[in-house]
Order: sequence, then structure tokens, then C-alpha cells
Amino acid sequence: MDIQPPKIPLDQWINQGIEWLTSSIGGVTNLVANWIDGAVGTMTDFLTWYPAPMMIVLFALLAWWISRRVKIGFFTLVALGFIWGGMGLWVSTIQTLNLVLLSAALAIAIGIPLGILGALFKHFRLMLMPVLDVMQTLPPFVYLLPAVPIFGLGSTAAVFATVIFAMPPVTRLTTLGIQQVSDELVEAVDSFGSTRWQKLVKLQIPLAMASIRAGVNQTILLSLSMVVIAAMIGAKGLGAEVWKAIQRLQYGRGFEAGIAIVLIAMVLDRVLRRVGQATGSSESAATAK
Amino acid sequence: MAILELDGLTKIFGPEPEAALDLVDRRLSREEIREKTGQTVGIGDVSFGVEEGEILVVMGLSGSGKSTLIRCVNRLIEPTAGSIYVDDEDVTEMSSKELRSLRRHKLAMVFQHFALMPHRTVLGNAEYGLEVMGVDAEERRREAMEALDMVGLAGWEHEYPEQLSGGMKQRVGLARALAVDPEIVLMDEALSALDPLIRTDMQNELIALQRKLGKTMLFITHDLDEAINMGDRIVLLKDGYVVQVGTAEEILSNPATKYVEQFVAEVDVSKVRTAQTVMKEVHEVAHVGDGPRAMLRKMEKAGFSSIFVVDSQGRLVGLARADRMRDVLERDEEAYGDLIEEEVRSVRLETPLEEITPRMRETRDPIAVVDEEDKLHGVVLIGELLAGLTERGEAEEDDLQQKTQSQGTE
Repeated sequence: MDIQPPKIPLDQWINQGIEWLTSSIGGVTNLVANWIDGAVGTMTDFLTWYPAPMMIVLFALLAWWISRRVKIGFFTLVALGFIWGGMGLWVSTIQTLNLVLLSAALAIAIGIPLGILGALFKHFRLMLMPVLDVMQTLPPFVYLLPAVPIFGLGSTAAVFATVIFAMPPVTRLTTLGIQQVSDELVEAVDSFGSTRWQKLVKLQIPLAMASIRAGVNQTILLSLSMVVIAAMIGAKGLGAEVWKAIQRLQYGRGFEAGIAIVLIAMVLDRVLRRVGQATGSSESAATAK
Repeated sequence: MAILELDGLTKIFGPEPEAALDLVDRRLSREEIREKTGQTVGIGDVSFGVEEGEILVVMGLSGSGKSTLIRCVNRLIEPTAGSIYVDDEDVTEMSSKELRSLRRHKLAMVFQHFALMPHRTVLGNAEYGLEVMGVDAEERRREAMEALDMVGLAGWEHEYPEQLSGGMKQRVGLARALAVDPEIVLMDEALSALDPLIRTDMQNELIALQRKLGKTMLFITHDLDEAINMGDRIVLLKDGYVVQVGTAEEILSNPATKYVEQFVAEVDVSKVRTAQTVMKEVHEVAHVGDGPRAMLRKMEKAGFSSIFVVDSQGRLVGLARADRMRDVLERDEEAYGDLIEEEVRSVRLETPLEEITPRMRETRDPIAVVDEEDKLHGVVLIGELLAGLTERGEAEEDDLQQKTQSQGTE
């Protein structure tokens, strides 16, 4: 016997929901979209207006200064030089970096406060964690495409999807870092009559910094991988190069863009990994004053 | 009234703490209460006062509830019932704002594992309490430096805690507490994490510091020797209940229960007993100016071969020996000048037995016991000394504590 399960019209509800969103807040989202697209465009124009070799040297110096390693500065110089001179992907690279920085900054700006709230309030944490689980396991394509009717094709939809995709690690690691502060230390600051805010800024956040930094690094690298995928919905940059090459069956061109993405990822990873170590001690000294 | 007063303080862990309160009043053991109600008694009906300037030691083994007790005092743990009075104000009634002010100004705590902030320097840690109070940077720096100086850490203020040894870390913890100039210092097993050699030194330093500053201290420990060394008075805690309150001497010579008796059996009495507790009072003394015959008669009466000589104020002057007296009389010497030996072994009333024993070896003569004005109070004889080293007080009656044979609950 063939049993027909009763189909819940979940798909239709979601469709209606998205339509409703599009029609009701479309004005606002359009405004936001215009603004973000404009900002990304201006930023790209600004960074590409200067001659590439000059920017490459500048980036290399920046990498050296942040990581305090000559080696990493040199690697940045070579990698970016190859992307520009060897493969001619400079403008795409700048576009990608812009999107990564914007998305990661948003993800961090939203993710860290959420993580702090999650650490401080148990009920909030119980709500937050399943939401983060969904954000991390839901296939990105599922929300990538609905972003288009809401924000339109382009950078904003890409940023939106990237924030969803990249935020969970920084939130989770912020919560974890604060929870890991030893009970005795928490008791100690309580016993001296600290307010909740004093406890947070003088003890919990400083001690959670290592964990938060690890979260920030993960969020930035996840942003990079998502910004590439977001080429499907009109994000410019290296992802778009890959996408174009595949559609035209230019495999070699696709690989070139792919290699450029790997090089950017390597540069970001090397530099970010040093951030915590290099500034760790000076930061402790600063908070002690 | 005492500066800190606990009145019927009770903490019960579990979902329905009220259910166990009646049983605590009836002094049922922790084990029985757990069987009947499923609740765990942290501390039950604890009452005692701490006088201003006193070191009161709460001593108990693990699971006795001593850390719960000290955390109830500043409400790091909320007590289930009972009251805590600091300067006659009930801490349990305080709003969170009042409680914060109490913690900032009157109570400071020192922790077993130091609880220093690893991201702050020694100075940054010592400043913490003042910083939370809102004291301006310059003044808190000055006061924290003073506190660091007191605990012997001047010159270390820019180091980080991880660079310090355990003993030094705890000095930072102590400086952090002293910097806020609290009325009461709560010491939660403050020396337990230190190795034994440093520990005794720190105990003595702490006593000296306390005598100098006159701070009231509530000191928690699981080590009876430490309790005896540190405490003006000791509160013995077992399975959440107070078993005995008293001075070290009172507890050792008059243990309230079999449990206390077994417990103190481990103690090295030679450190606790003093000359005063084993000395024999001297009834017969010679006075300066007594002739040899008078002295001899007194010695014969007392049955000793020598006698102490005191001046008109009762101060010890020397020792007269029977042999010497007879010698003088036989030879009919006229000069009595060197009748008395002025080199006499004497100890003070508060000298512990462990310091007297080695001196017994130096001489067969009795050892005089004098007070700080050199007045003669008694004499230590070898027999009494030995008895004092071995004898212990006995519990007068067995009580409910014996019923609780099971140990270690938490």
C-alpha cells in the first residue's frame, strides 16, 4: 500500500516570507544595497587608482609591520607581485580583499557582542547556540539565492551571505574564551566588589582575547572562501574570474584565479596568525596601566 | 560586640534547601539529611564571633564546609539561612549595591590558588581593589606600592605573576587585599598551595604583619598545625557543623568530642604546650640575705637539693645548692659572698616545650620559669616535662559526631 505523507507547505511559507520581505522592506534594503555597493566601488577605485607596484610594496610593508617578521613581508611581496605581474589579476584581487574586509568587519562587529552576551546569560546562550549550528550547517546556496531578491545582484547580497557564513566561529570562540576564565579569578574580582561591567572589561575580555583572536582569524578566512562563492550572485573579484572562466571552459584562466585566491589566503593566514603573538605582551602591559 | 558575627549560618545545596533546614536545627548529620531529603548540607547552623584584631582560624578537613563558610561571609555563596553581621550590619539583608560597597571597603579576600590576573603586572594586581573603587590612578599606585612594600615585594611591581614563585604570588594576593585597607581579611586556605618550608615562614610573617596592622583575620585551613600556629582562637568544623571553638591550648587539653581527640592526637604537642602548662609552682624560695642555715632548712622542707633565690620583688636572682651551704657551714667561712650561683637556667612562661627539652640536657638543675619581668613563677622538672610531652586531654563524653562515621562527602 502506498502511503501519501501529508506535505507541510513549508516551502510555500518561506517563499511567501521572502516575497513579503522583499515587498515590505525592499525600500530599506535597496538603500542599504546602494550604499554598500557604492562604498565597495569607491574603495576599489581608490585602491586601484594608485599604481599596483606601489600598493604591493605598501601591503608588504604592512604585513611585515603587523607580523613583525621580514619573511612574511617578503612572502607578501612575492605573492602579490606574482598575482599582478604574473597573472594580471590585480583589480580582482583588490575587489575580493575589499569584500572580505567589509564582510569580516561586519561579522566581527556583530559576532563578538553576541558571543559576550552568550557567555554572560545562560538563556541567551541556549538560544544562540542552535542558531549558530544552523548557520554553520545550512548549505550557503540556500540563503545565497534568496539574498538576491532582497538586496539585488551585487556586493550587498554577497556581504549578507558572507556574514551569515563567517560569523559563527568568532561568536563561539568569544563565548568559550569568557567561559574559560577560571572560577577563582571570577570570585576574586567579585570579592573586591567589581560591577558586572568592570568584571567584563577588566578580567573576562582580556583573558578571552587569545580565543577571540583565533575566532577573528577563522572568520576572516571563512569570509574569503564565501566571497569567492558569492561570485554566483554577482560579487566581483577573483571568484567572478573563476566563475567566468568555468562558464567559458577556460580551465587555465580558472586555475590562475584559483591560485591567486590560495595566495591571498596564505598571506592573510600568516599575517593574522602573528597578530596575537606579536601584540600579546604589549597589550597586557597596556591594560595594566 | 564582635566585628564579625555569624549567627546560625546555614548553606544547603540542592533544589529544595528549605526541606533540610529543620533537620539541620536538629543536628542530623549530613549523610542522614542527604538520605532523607536529597539536599546536601554545606554548613549547618554555624555561629561564632570574630573579635577586632583577632586571627580566627576555621579548621576542617576537605568536605567540612570551610570554603563554603568563608564564601558565605562575603556572599560569593548565598547562605540559605542565618545572618552575618559586619559592624552590626546584617550582610544577608544587603542590596547588591550595599554588598558591593561592603566588599570594596570592609572585606578583602586572599585565595588558595592566588587568583592573580595573568594579564596584569604585580602592581596592576595590587591596584585592582582600589581601581574598582574608583580611586584615581596616582593615589592607587601609591597605596598599592605601600602594600607591596609591606609584604616585601618592593622592586617586583613590574613583573608579571607567571614570573613569580608561589610564595611571592601569594604575597601579591595579600598586597591586593591589604591595599584596600579592609577591616577584615578573609584568607581562604591562603598558604595551602605553598610548599612546607615557605609555608611556616609565611605563617610567621603573616602573624607579624597582622600584629603590626591589627587587621582582623578569618583564616581557613585544613592543617591543624597551621591552625595552632596562626590562630588566636580556632573553630573546628566537621561535616558542616562546628565541633569546638577555643584556643589551641583549650582544644588540645580539653577536646570536646572523640573526633577532636582523635584529630589532635596527630599534633606535635611540644610546639603547643608551654612551660606554664607543665611547671610546678614553687612554694619555697630563698631570699637575698638569707643565711646558709635558713636556706638549708627550706631545702630540707621542700625536699630539694637546691633552691631558687629571689629578691624582694620576687625576681629571680640565682640558685643556692645544699652542698655548697654545708661546705660553708663546716668550714665556718665568714664570707657569704658567693653562696648563690647567679647563672641559672630559666625560661619564660610562654616558651614551648620543644625549646625546653634540649636545655634539659645541658644541666641537671631545675629550670626556672619566669615572666617578662623576671619574676619567678615555677620550675620545670624532668618528670613533669616528660608527662607534658606525652599526656593529652580526653573527651569527656561521646557525642553525636561519633554517629557520623562516614567521611568525605563533597
